Amino acid sequence: MDVLGGLFVDHTLRTVALGSATLGIVSGALGAFAVLRRQALLGDAMSHAALPGVALAFLLTGSRAPLVLMLGAAIAGWLAAAAIVGVVRTSRVKVDSAMALTLSVFFGAGLVVLTFIQRQPAAGKAGLDKFLFGQAAAMLESDVITMVAVGAVGLFGLLALWKEFKLLSFDPDFAATLGIPTRRVDILLTSLLVIAIVVGLKTVGVVLMSAMVVAPGAAARQWTNRLGVMVTLSACFGAAAGVLGALLSTTAETSTGPTIVLVATGLVVVSLLFAPARGLVWARIRAWRSRRMLALEAVIADLASLAAQHGSNATHPHDIGALNAVRGRAVVERALTELAADGLARQHDTGGWSLTPRGLAEADRLARSRRAPGVAR
Amino acid sequence: MTSAQIDVLLVAVVVAAACAIPGTFLVLRRMAMMSDAISHTVLLGIVLAFFVVADLGSPILIVGAALVGLLTVVLVEATSRTGLVREDTAIGLVFPALFSIAVILISSLAGDVHLDSDAVLLGEIAFAPFNRFAPFGVDLGPVAIWVMGAILLINLACTALFFKELKLATFDPALAAALGFSPALVHYGLMALVSITAVGAFDAVGSILVVALMVGPPAAAYLLTDRLPRMLGLSVLIGATSAAGGYWLARLLDANIAGAMATAVGIAFTLVLLLAPRRGLVAAARRRRRQRWTFARQMLLIHLATHEGTPTESDESHPDHMQRHMRWPADFSARVIQTATDRGLVVLEAEHLRLTPHGREAAKEAAVR
Repeated sequence: MDVLGGLFVDHTLRTVALGSATLGIVSGALGAFAVLRRQALLGDAMSHAALPGVALAFLLTGSRAPLVLMLGAAIAGWLAAAAIVGVVRTSRVKVDSAMALTLSVFFGAGLVVLTFIQRQPAAGKAGLDKFLFGQAAAMLESDVITMVAVGAVGLFGLLALWKEFKLLSFDPDFAATLGIPTRRVDILLTSLLVIAIVVGLKTVGVVLMSAMVVAPGAAARQWTNRLGVMVTLSACFGAAAGVLGALLSTTAETSTGPTIVLVATGLVVVSLLFAPARGLVWARIRAWRSRRMLALEAVIADLASLAAQHGSNATHPHDIGALNAVRGRAVVERALTELAADGLARQHDTGGWSLTPRGLAEADRLARSRRAPGVAR
Repeated sequence: MTSAQIDVLLVAVVVAAACAIPGTFLVLRRMAMMSDAISHTVLLGIVLAFFVVADLGSPILIVGAALVGLLTVVLVEATSRTGLVREDTAIGLVFPALFSIAVILISSLAGDVHLDSDAVLLGEIAFAPFNRFAPFGVDLGPVAIWVMGAILLINLACTALFFKELKLATFDPALAAALGFSPALVHYGLMALVSITAVGAFDAVGSILVVALMVGPPAAAYLLTDRLPRMLGLSVLIGATSAAGGYWLARLLDANIAGAMATAVGIAFTLVLLLAPRRGLVAAARRRRRQRWTFARQMLLIHLATHEGTPTESDESHPDHMQRHMRWPADFSARVIQTATDRGLVVLEAEHLRLTPHGREAAKEAAVR
């Protein structure tokens, strides 16, 4: 509660929360497309590859202005994506190898450039290592303003080309037949992903930024089948993870990146388990219910066929030993208890069971609906 | 070179060789990104094992790391098997989460031990020579060489012992399953090797270089050969060369060694991509150019052969006619005629092109084809 109170008074805390929210919204909204387009790992490759861009931008300009560093990161990330596509298109090396290779080589080159920076006089170099894991506490107002501006450009691009992006993500062939320049739209959408990544670098760091691209989208996907809803939800999840994670990390004094990523992962786990239509828990419950229903129907059918053998007296009691042997005692007993409670079957004083007239009607209905010949008379 | 430098170089070469072997199979099985995932998550294994044994030098750490490496694979598969997310998303969700836990746990230890997440990512092979393996006071070289040497031997032994199984499960998993080899067992065995190698190597070179050494050299070798044993050999060779070259580069620039080695891997791959004898971009471009000339020459011969002995022959066999008829630019047309003349396929007689007997043969052959 202290933290929430501080949000309104403490300037730093407000800056941090605002920046993290921006990061979450932008990476959530744009990352949703990466999830849909199977580019989850491309985000990973591009965010690692941003390191040499950040380092070179600093080395060349000597400036730590957020826009300069973001620009460097964006160029490097974009080049990495181009390198991956280029290698895949011109050789038989597969996309996974191309990504892993590009990621590690760019990152390695970034480390080399970082050593040059570390050899410079101490002034100004401080904080660059924070790009590895991010540090929300170090966020300044100027950072937040730049993040908001760059993120707004990304979101505006998303809205402007919404229809094209939607088509490209779900049916690129159809998009091409409509005359949409799919190749160019593809490059644009990938460029937007680069924007999403550079916006979060300072807060989350290059190593874990990919998770911020993937997690909100993967969580949002579970709650809806509509793209608009998914992107909005993804942005909300991203913002929630960003703010919660950043606040947690400032109070617990942990690295910001990992904390935000864990909160985002938590959202994914909850979504995977409890999202209404797709959630695993509901699926399990549905499976259990339908298994029980099947058992009920099977026992009704069994009793009905026993009754049919008796001809005139359909409600004559039967020994259920045979049923137990076939279906398993526990299943049969549970089913009979339920049938009795519903008034579909009843136990006679002799201990035998039979269907009630209503149960017989139900058995008849089930048999008809199943169209199983030989059961219904 | 000082002995410390030789030690570093030795460690680098051994690490490169050890990484290239499981890496070859990762590349062939299109699971290269698992090396990225595992090389990050082994950190969690090391931290957790450290909580148990409280000793950074303990071999238990390697066991813990390998177990968490396998846990990564299991979690990725369990997540993607729910059918709710795709496999790439599953990888992208699982490894950052495990890695984040590790980073947070490490920072909670802050200051107490020499274990920090930057060092793990970046590695510091330059320190490798200072950690000596000296049982009973006899100096036997850096510990890293012994650890990585052992891992290299394990990789070699497993590959040699299960070569047939690995090969079959990699290239034809359905047949492997039908023949009674368990593709799942091969899969997890390979992942165990990747985990062990990653954890052994990352102490020396950092997790990012592990990825570079596991994927880069095999990807380059993949462009050079179609044979698995040769690909393994080339991967080891390219990896070791890149590692040595990277070390030289690092000394030249006075830069981070692991970073320079990864850069060298990138350079090596780019060179192979450009210059590979059959699949290289340069070779492909030259092949395309040569085919263009051959095709143009054949068109010329077929054209002359078609009109040979017809009333329009004198018109059709004029050199200037080729530009119009074939829509060739003037200089291109001239060069085609020149090369055809040089090869004794046509002769220029009284301003007209005439097929030689040799040229007539060639035209017939080209037309049939």
